Amino acid sequence: MSATDSNVVSVRGVINRFGDQVIHDGVDMDVRYGEVLGIVGGSGSGKSVLLRTILGLQKPTAGQVLIEGADITAMSEKQLLSVKRRYGVTFQHGALFSSLTIAENIQLPMREFCNLKQGTLDELTELRLNMVGLPLSAATKLPSQLSGGMIKRAALARALALDPQLLFLDEPTAGLDPISASEFDHLVRYLQDSLKLTVVMITHDLDSLLTICDRVAVLVDKKMIIDTLDGIMNNPHPWIHEYFHGPRARGVTAGVTT
Amino acid sequence: MLDTELHNNQLLLRLSGHWTVNRLEAIEKALSALPATEVAAVSVDCTALEQSDLGPMWLLRHALQAYQRGGAHINYVAGAPEHFAFLDDLQVHTGSPHVTREATLLWPEKVVATFGKRAVKIGKHALGHLDHFGRIVITEFAALRQPQRFRPASIARHVYETGINAIPIVSLIAFFVAVIIAYIGASQLRSFGATIYTVDLITVGVLRELGVLLTAVIVAGRSGSAFAAEIGVMQLNDEVDALKSIGIDPIEVLVVPRVIGLIIALPLLTIIADAMGLAGGALLSKWLLDLSLSQFLSRVQDALASTTFWAGLIKAPVFALLIGMIGTYRGMQVRESSRELGRLTTTAVVESIFMVIFANAVFAVVFVELDF
Repeated sequence: MSATDSNVVSVRGVINRFGDQVIHDGVDMDVRYGEVLGIVGGSGSGKSVLLRTILGLQKPTAGQVLIEGADITAMSEKQLLSVKRRYGVTFQHGALFSSLTIAENIQLPMREFCNLKQGTLDELTELRLNMVGLPLSAATKLPSQLSGGMIKRAALARALALDPQLLFLDEPTAGLDPISASEFDHLVRYLQDSLKLTVVMITHDLDSLLTICDRVAVLVDKKMIIDTLDGIMNNPHPWIHEYFHGPRARGVTAGVTT
Repeated sequence: MLDTELHNNQLLLRLSGHWTVNRLEAIEKALSALPATEVAAVSVDCTALEQSDLGPMWLLRHALQAYQRGGAHINYVAGAPEHFAFLDDLQVHTGSPHVTREATLLWPEKVVATFGKRAVKIGKHALGHLDHFGRIVITEFAALRQPQRFRPASIARHVYETGINAIPIVSLIAFFVAVIIAYIGASQLRSFGATIYTVDLITVGVLRELGVLLTAVIVAGRSGSAFAAEIGVMQLNDEVDALKSIGIDPIEVLVVPRVIGLIIALPLLTIIADAMGLAGGALLSKWLLDLSLSQFLSRVQDALASTTFWAGLIKAPVFALLIGMIGTYRGMQVRESSRELGRLTTTAVVESIFMVIFANAVFAVVFVELDF
């Protein structure tokens, strides 16, 4: 396997510009098969824009995004569709369809792409709910009837509906209490280990970074610095240093650096 | 994909190729074609299986479990499929009750249940409207004692949005409706040689009924829906709760200014609609009846009773109150989902148009009885 083959996602020199405002000025990033990559960055550093670019929801001003070797920036909508079926995404606030029940939310991707009997759909829904640790009683509920933690799990169940090998999670633990957040981290790691998934997660949660991420990518100065956790923590860049050694980080990272 | 051999009560399943999500349909068909007979043993051979996803494996596992419950012994020729270990582990984690569904009812029960639910819902909504009206009245009376609580800036904005912005469309529609009446009236009355009464028809028709009714219907469509949608979105974003938590009564800042703004704007719009209707009538009289403007005006004077104009105008604030109340009430009801927002906005428009026409009918009867 050559070096490029081991990358699920490759971002090459991506530039994003809105009017005069430059968000990304040559971002490079590689995601390897079977790793959990955490993306961090200050508010407004363009993490979500980068994610939207990788997902093909937004064309970059310049640069390439390769998913499993195929350049999605040069693809037609139709070709992009087949790429989109291969990854699952959860959005920051869940983005569950508010007028559908949890079961219908999970079944939606399957209904869209395959013509299955209701019984089969229910069986598969049962599997996805079990995978994310939701009780089956949640299936008939509407998203508004669930707690924040359950919504994140339901969103994950929908993202897993088509058995993707690649998962993108946008701030999966934001707004959760520490216990739910750590349970969610372990769930992601457990699924990743058992199913050999590749996971890219945007996060602000230092605990998540330290416990489940193999590598960390930091968006600073409109560019990407990507390294192992230890490498990033010893990076001299002032923002990165502040991020991992600032007052809020000390308690969390104390046990790791020594 | 799936070859089956059945002999001596022994079932052999040979899996091959790709058992992936892309092929769920074919897999579903293959699995549902499995023999349902009770067998003593099932052998599963996965040696030719090239690729498999979790979903299809779960379906296979379910099928095997059905045989197991029938007393069959399952054995794997060359080890279990790769995902089975994960699925076994998962079962330990969560157990496997079935997806709960609502209890099914017989059809007579369903009919009774539907009617019952409807009746309860209508009753609740009637009470809800009454409650909402009561709150508005209480807030307005409270504001009478402290005039600064009327929020003149907010009222002015709503007068502008519901009134001034509606002037072009209201004028245009009133004009064209008067043209239609004049045209049809003139052609019908010509056969009696009474074409001059076309002017009476327009004057009384527009001033008493059509001016105010059309204006109210247009405003119900424009502003009733806007009220419901604006307040509904604020509900979805928790803005209404935020107001309450600050100690501001949402009825006072969101509902009352809209209702008062509309009560001010609708009569003014009605006057404009009346004027435009008469202008349309004058134009058509000139064209069809060869009546000069001064002749038209003197004929209008003759046709007018002292109450004609007021009988139309007096209805405007009542219609405004109905439209404002229904729009804001439906907006406040939005909870939880974006579909609710759409549904309740639609309901607000339909209900307010219905109520406007119903109230107009009541006015017609009352005015005739009172000889107004």
